[in-house]
Amino acid sequence: METSYLDQSDKVRERFERIRQREVILEVRGLGKRYRSPQGETEALRNIDFSVRRREFVCVIGPSGCGKSTLIRILAGLDKHTSGEALLDGKPITGPGQDRGMVFQGYSLFPWLTVKKNVMFGPQINGNGYDKAERDAQLWLELVGLEKFADAYPHQLSGGMRQRVAIARALVNQPRILLMDEPFGALDAQTRAKMQSHLIDIWRNIDVTVLFITHDLDEAIYLADRILVLKAHPGEVQEVIEVSVPRPRTPGQFNTPEFRATKARLEELIHPAPEPMPEDEQTVKPHLIRFTDVHDNVE
Amino acid sequence: MSLIANWLTGGANSDEHKRALFGIGSFLLPLLVWCLVSYVPFIWHPKVYVTDPGGVDYFQVGMLVDKTMFREEAANMEQAHLALPEGKPSNPIYLPAPDAVAKAFYNGFVNPPTNTDVPSMPASLWHSIQIIFWGFLISSLIGVPLGILSGTYVTLGRLNEPFIEFFRYLPAPAFGALAVAILGIYDGPKIAIIVIGTLFQQVLIIANTTRKLETTIIEAARTLGTRGPRLISKVVVPGILPDLYRDQRILLGWAWTYLIVAELIGTSSGITWFITQQARYQHFDNVYAAIMTIGIIGFGSDLILARLGRRLFPWDRTQDRT
Repeated sequence: METSYLDQSDKVRERFERIRQREVILEVRGLGKRYRSPQGETEALRNIDFSVRRREFVCVIGPSGCGKSTLIRILAGLDKHTSGEALLDGKPITGPGQDRGMVFQGYSLFPWLTVKKNVMFGPQINGNGYDKAERDAQLWLELVGLEKFADAYPHQLSGGMRQRVAIARALVNQPRILLMDEPFGALDAQTRAKMQSHLIDIWRNIDVTVLFITHDLDEAIYLADRILVLKAHPGEVQEVIEVSVPRPRTPGQFNTPEFRATKARLEELIHPAPEPMPEDEQTVKPHLIRFTDVHDNVE
Repeated sequence: MSLIANWLTGGANSDEHKRALFGIGSFLLPLLVWCLVSYVPFIWHPKVYVTDPGGVDYFQVGMLVDKTMFREEAANMEQAHLALPEGKPSNPIYLPAPDAVAKAFYNGFVNPPTNTDVPSMPASLWHSIQIIFWGFLISSLIGVPLGILSGTYVTLGRLNEPFIEFFRYLPAPAFGALAVAILGIYDGPKIAIIVIGTLFQQVLIIANTTRKLETTIIEAARTLGTRGPRLISKVVVPGILPDLYRDQRILLGWAWTYLIVAELIGTSSGITWFITQQARYQHFDNVYAAIMTIGIIGFGSDLILARLGRRLFPWDRTQDRT
């Protein structure tokens, strides 16, 4: 029998049981966002409901225009929602804060600061002394494997290394949740695969909850405990999928039945097969143009 | 030559070497043209420098006369069987030869005139540099913060920029009489003209530079816990600093172009007074020397600032290109 994406091995089911026992870090209830533009009012997000538990890894996927970036920006406090609420540890999110770390897709490091000073920025701005900030930065740079590049400037690093610094810079503040907005979207396939494994390693070693936005289905399945699938116009939650691929994850799992079943389901949701054309007897048959009348009797 | 090229490029690769050589060439070319016009007699030389008046009663040694008039007089003398005037082809007095200007340049700095009525070039220049310094400093003290704030806060920008856009079209020298009425006849109005000429451009240019700062960088800082004034001091200012520095270099050049007009207001002073005085005595070699000194100071200080910029902002690779 074909494996269903809903089939979970005992180990996976137990893991989800354990996750459900944990406290809720992020709770989103009836969240909506409307824009007013010269073209009229657009509804970017409608009635989004979900919650993320401690140390859970949740991916958000959806077609372009589904508002996944808007969602994560609202959670980061960079955009305002127009209805519903978003709670972090039960407290409503009103603006940016160091309790949420954010990793952007684009180039977001401070170009005027060295790698180490970039990581120290958060601790220093939040009132830690230079020495404490430096110790913390050193620790996090070791964790992302960039301690040798502490004194380099961002422009001297490769794209993958820059994103590692961005991750260290976000984590050094010890946020309750790490928000990642397509962080590997600009990287080449190879670097991207390396960064995914690297991120899983970091996440396994430390107490951090991750909300990760991507449009890459493989990436979502490889990384996530649960996948939040959004649909576009307006952005709504279409389905929440518990990924049945067991942990620890390895690139070898891309070909397992669970992985393929989950991917098939995601594809179904995101790229639905075009609806069959309604059968219509009255359809006008295309008029065939005659280019010649020489060989009329050819048939 | 290669030493200079090396210094200009910071001893980088041959591509920059080539660029430096072209840079030097762009100065040598006009100098060559000037030399040709000055030293090769048949190219221009419309005048004759009289060395011996001969029988012409109104000719004097050292007089410059038109070539045609000299020939006519020479012909007249020949008919009258009088002594022929002698002279050599020469350029008009307003085009001194490079060596005369070089000599004037050297003398201007090494042997300043003892006569206290005549201003010396170093003293005049020093006065002018002070005017520029104070004008640019006052303009920057207002313009830089205002530009950064206007670029950061949309409402503030919308509030003041339309007026500044209007004001920057008003020619600064037009305020000369007003400046004298308010600030007297000495240095006050001159500094004011420099400020008026620079400030309004400065606010707009720096506001624009501030707006071009990557929003992701500001947003990243906000998610790290940066708020309020520290967003400006810790993120916006360091983020735009290399571009701000470049803007200031351009604006400083702008301030220099207002200098001559500014110094004509009230009592003439500084290098402008030196130039007008020397022109009045027809010492055009001194005039050229003074004009070139302004160019050398302006261009030289910009070169030094460009080099300093590369030291100050090692993370900004675009500094290398200016």
